[in-house]
Amino acid sequence: MNQTPLHQDHLNLNAKMVDFGGWHMPVQYTSIIDEHLNTRKNIGLFDVSHMGEIEIHGPDALKFVQKIVTQDVSKSQPGHQAQYSVMCTPTGGIVDDILIYKLTEDHFLLCVNASNIEKDFAWILENKKNENVKIENTSSAYVQIAVQGPKAKDLISKLTPFDLSKIQTYRYVQEKLLDIPMIISRTGYTGEDGFELYLPADKGHVVWQTLLERGKTDGITPCGLGARDTLRLEACFPLYGHEIDEKTTPLEAGLNWVVKLDKENFIGKEALLQQKEMGLTKKLIAFELLEKGIPRQGYPLRSSQNELIGTVTSGTLSPVFMKGIGLGVVKLGGECHPRECECHPRESGDLLTVEIRNRYIKAKVVKPPFYRKKKERI
Amino acid sequence: MKYPDDLRYTKDHEWARNENGIVTVGITDFAQDQLGDIVYIELPNVGDPVQKGHAFGVVESVKAVSDLYSPISGEVVKINQTLKDSPEMLNQDPYDAGWMIHVKMNENETLNDLMDASMYQKFCEES
Repeated sequence: MNQTPLHQDHLNLNAKMVDFGGWHMPVQYTSIIDEHLNTRKNIGLFDVSHMGEIEIHGPDALKFVQKIVTQDVSKSQPGHQAQYSVMCTPTGGIVDDILIYKLTEDHFLLCVNASNIEKDFAWILENKKNENVKIENTSSAYVQIAVQGPKAKDLISKLTPFDLSKIQTYRYVQEKLLDIPMIISRTGYTGEDGFELYLPADKGHVVWQTLLERGKTDGITPCGLGARDTLRLEACFPLYGHEIDEKTTPLEAGLNWVVKLDKENFIGKEALLQQKEMGLTKKLIAFELLEKGIPRQGYPLRSSQNELIGTVTSGTLSPVFMKGIGLGVVKLGGECHPRECECHPRESGDLLTVEIRNRYIKAKVVKPPFYRKKKERI
Repeated sequence: MKYPDDLRYTKDHEWARNENGIVTVGITDFAQDQLGDIVYIELPNVGDPVQKGHAFGVVESVKAVSDLYSPISGEVVKINQTLKDSPEMLNQDPYDAGWMIHVKMNENETLNDLMDASMYQKFCEES
């Protein structure tokens, strides 16, 4: 099984380890709920080194990245934006959701999902054709650490001379932290303010340890994949293999904002244009349970008239709200136009039921996200 | 990890204590530790039959759903009502406040084929 460079640190912390897509990863150190709530209140520290990095450089890099992603990366300045995007198949299905870092005009770093590293790398190579670019899977060169929560900025600012107020959300810099050059990205997967650090693999241990030690006064706790999942779900971030996959288009997943249909040409554009024209036949909704119970992936969703209308893609008990919450995909009659939908279902407030072990539990469609952080801390 | 001497144990990590034909059933310290934060429980009703080795309820942690398997055949005569509102009891006190059901066991039933504390401890340490 794959191990991150911080594997021994997790064992030393007595983490409960699980197999996650071929990676031996901490699912929790103490309690998913405690780790979740502490990330909302103080700081959570996550080893996310299982995430992959694919780098594309060369004279045609910009042109090539423009071709394989749905976002427009032509306008951003190097060393500025961390752009969330998807890569699509020619039929518009999502190959992966990624973060794009334009390091220089001819050098891009894509952060991809752990379970998709090999697939993405093969996909990108396959589409290289005659472009003058070099494509490298540099995943093992990086440790990636996420520092998330309302006090994350206070901690990171103790360790770098760089003025963090210069990096807004979804922006990044290449600066030194603990004197180590790295990517400091104001991004995350928790719905909190926070940072994701991309640093040389051999520096992972010292950075992890220092963050834990220096973060003590701010109440830092290491957090496992369990809390990472419940946090992202409260924030309504999609997870590959749950809300998104090759059978789902970004329009169906409510990710219209990352699809730049006015961009010259990219893989999947024709299919997405056509889908936009024809209207959606399914889309993603967020719902909360009105009775006790916990929705789980695969549970049927029914209308209040008992008609089967869809399936739960992710569900959990929300540690913040202490009720069942979930995301699910529901059928549409074809009359639903993405322009009117965006990621917010018009049906917010509508009732439905979740079938849990042959019982019908009442639920209500809500406008995402379930959880929104209190205020911006720039 | 605790393995009280006066209990019998199943491979599915339930414990059982027989007091004059009434068997108290719960999940073990090992089970609650493996599950993590327990947030939901479904128990049978008083009067329901339960069958040895068959599911009698469901326990859910944040991460996962797990069936509960009965260590004995018989009839449910009492359930721990407080668990419905306080499932975290199962994490805090699995052998006492976290008991789940009382089963009046059928005639000729016995707990003798279940593991004793030392066998169960060995079983857990090897798993």
